[in-house]
Amino acid sequence: MLFARPHLLGLEGLTAEEIDFLLDSAESFKEVSEREIKKVPALRGRTVVNLFYEASTRTRTSFEIAAKRLSADTINLSASASSAAKGETLTDTARNLAAMRPDAIVVRHPSSGAPDLLARHVDCPIINAGDGAHEHPTQALLDLLTIRERKGRIAGLTVAIVGDVLHSRVARSNLFGLLTMGAKVRFVGPPTLVPPGFSELGAEIVWDLHEGLKDVDVVMMLRIQRERMNGRYFSSLDEYSRLYCLSADAVARARKDVIILHPGPMNRGVEISSTVADGPYSVIMDQVTNGVAVRMAVLYVLVGRRKAGAEQGEGAVPIALAEASPRRAATGE
Amino acid sequence: MSERTAPSAGRSEPPLLVAGGTLVDPVAKRTRRADLLVRDGVIAAIEAGISEQLPRRGASTIHRIDATGLLVMPGFVDIHVHLREPGFEYKETIATGTRSAVAGGVTSVACMANTRPVNDSPAVTRFILERAHAAALAKVFPIGAVSLGLAGEQLAPFAGMFDSGIVAVSDDGHPVMDAELMRRALECAKMFGMPVIDHAEDRALVAGGVMHEGAVSLRLGLRGIPAAAEDVMVARDIALAGLTGGHLHVAHISSAGSVRMVRMARAAGIRITTEVSPHHLWLTDEAVTAYRTNAKMAPPLRTEGDRQALLEGLADGTIDCIATDHAPHHKDEKDVEFDCAANGVVGLETMLPLVLRLVEDGVLDLPTAIAKISSEPAAVLGLPVGTLEVGRAADLAIVDPAREWKVDSAEMFSKSKNTPFEGWTMRGRSVLTMVDGRTVHDDRAPQPVRGAAEREVRP
Ligand SMILES: [Zn+2]
Repeated sequence: MLFARPHLLGLEGLTAEEIDFLLDSAESFKEVSEREIKKVPALRGRTVVNLFYEASTRTRTSFEIAAKRLSADTINLSASASSAAKGETLTDTARNLAAMRPDAIVVRHPSSGAPDLLARHVDCPIINAGDGAHEHPTQALLDLLTIRERKGRIAGLTVAIVGDVLHSRVARSNLFGLLTMGAKVRFVGPPTLVPPGFSELGAEIVWDLHEGLKDVDVVMMLRIQRERMNGRYFSSLDEYSRLYCLSADAVARARKDVIILHPGPMNRGVEISSTVADGPYSVIMDQVTNGVAVRMAVLYVLVGRRKAGAEQGEGAVPIALAEASPRRAATGE
Repeated sequence: MSERTAPSAGRSEPPLLVAGGTLVDPVAKRTRRADLLVRDGVIAAIEAGISEQLPRRGASTIHRIDATGLLVMPGFVDIHVHLREPGFEYKETIATGTRSAVAGGVTSVACMANTRPVNDSPAVTRFILERAHAAALAKVFPIGAVSLGLAGEQLAPFAGMFDSGIVAVSDDGHPVMDAELMRRALECAKMFGMPVIDHAEDRALVAGGVMHEGAVSLRLGLRGIPAAAEDVMVARDIALAGLTGGHLHVAHISSAGSVRMVRMARAAGIRITTEVSPHHLWLTDEAVTAYRTNAKMAPPLRTEGDRQALLEGLADGTIDCIATDHAPHHKDEKDVEFDCAANGVVGLETMLPLVLRLVEDGVLDLPTAIAKISSEPAAVLGLPVGTLEVGRAADLAIVDPAREWKVDSAEMFSKSKNTPFEGWTMRGRSVLTMVDGRTVHDDRAPQPVRGAAEREVRP
């Protein structure tokens, strides 16, 4: 088994082989989404709980579709519907959920480390769907998959991640994943949002957008949270936009075949100009498609093999489905 | 300062002889083989070979403690302890906290004012002393609040609390953000010869942070507290100590910058003392990895560079003493998201072996290391404890320096189990702790049966 971990709490610490394995599995699952009947019985009879303490239609929907295409039953618990409002602790919620014997819990939480806490209290796989400013591993996996498809490789590429890195779990997961896969990572943004300490984690820090995009293969835009542009981290959204809006000019500094990733939804005219957003570099739709495939792969690898382990004995946990389907060519369309 | 602990009158217990041990004298800074005689709760004699002379002195019954192979030290003095009573008895009580203390060889504790109600009145001070008296374990020296309700607005009644028994003032846990109030506190405390104990963190710079700001906080996505949050407060309060001539005591110093500034301030003749906690000496922010909430405290664990600066400060005397900041919290306050977890760790029962490690590592020699947890902290607060002197109360920690043990929070005497040292193998333990000559903790290994002449008698 190339991925023997019980949970997916983050990309930090995963090996290149493990990440490759997840990406390969995801590539295989893409085929399922292109079938007329987009469903395989891989997780039939399994229950996946989506435990969301933060609103996120996009990620939750993507996980839900992924689980359904694997024939798993899904239950969505959102913070308002769960006991959080009544003051139940995360630990108690975890114990209660565990008593219902789910096969996986997908968790989104505003506190960094909440999935680690859950993992200590339940014995089913925990999949981190975004915790505070920590990690969002499936988002980074889908970004990695998109890059790999478009560029044919990840190693040796230079990736600029632009925006509010300090508060971004997407930036951290991508940093860990990209470095492990042999890419170079440049964080671009003002010092309040890109503190120099990130260089200790292996990123190159650049404050100037034009300089930061020089010769990059990939630009990854982070979403700007308007509430942070309140005069503490930066004077105003206008000021931010003046320095960091991704214009055609700035993009011209990058490599000709640059691709632009964005976790969406975009603030047009603020962080990205419409010319660029609608230009030929954008791979946003690939990201959405790959999101479902990556989450199918993660669910299958973490949940499916438990069943296989129980029924087929030690070690033998073939990704039968993955191996049976033809590998997609790793090229762009 | 006058003796606060007079030997109890009318005691008719037989004298007690601690024989054959090696005495660690933190004032003379030396160790020597000597016997120690305790009479009426007071150290009556320290001499080599008292055992042989005793019959001639005509003592009829003598309790004898065989300290062969053991170190006889003054009971330790921890000037930064949260006993939690009144108000938070589910975390700790004065009885359980002082039980935890004596298990760690600590015979005197100064307890912080952040109880409920806050110790900002003579009545609360008296309540604490009454409870401590009833528990009859470690000696308790209450610290009063700087401000009413720790609200940082109005001074608490220093005079009334002093008359009731406080030994210092502090809003520990609630940094005094108002510089003028801090100035006035230093001025008023000076009248009573008391230090103002400074929890030096600028709240605006803490800004909701939950751990030290650096590579680890960035990696974990946790909001960081820069070392500058401490540095700016230490700088401010050094200036205020200079202005007022008051005695500033910086609690749980944690940053290299603070150590540097304190060193300079002392060289300039400003009255400033400091303490450091064992966890800041032995752990760094790396301990937070995996969101371990027992590594969450204020000020936070910092970097290896800061830790080295603390060790240097301890070695060159910039840092006067070691205090645990024993801060018990219930499991439910720690077994939560890191952001929500309570600040603080227990420390009374792990202090001694962590201090002995300083000796092992060559940071301090043994008497100096022990001075940092006995005579030095006592001097900071002017307490009549923490030395091995004839005429002083017989508060003793008899230590087996070779005893190895594993930290198991389930076996701790503290009501709370929030130690960051769980599972650590420790060396050194107080096997017999005495307060006023009375055994309050006995952890001696079962002795093999020996001849009658050598038989130990437990007092
Ligand atoms: Zn404090």
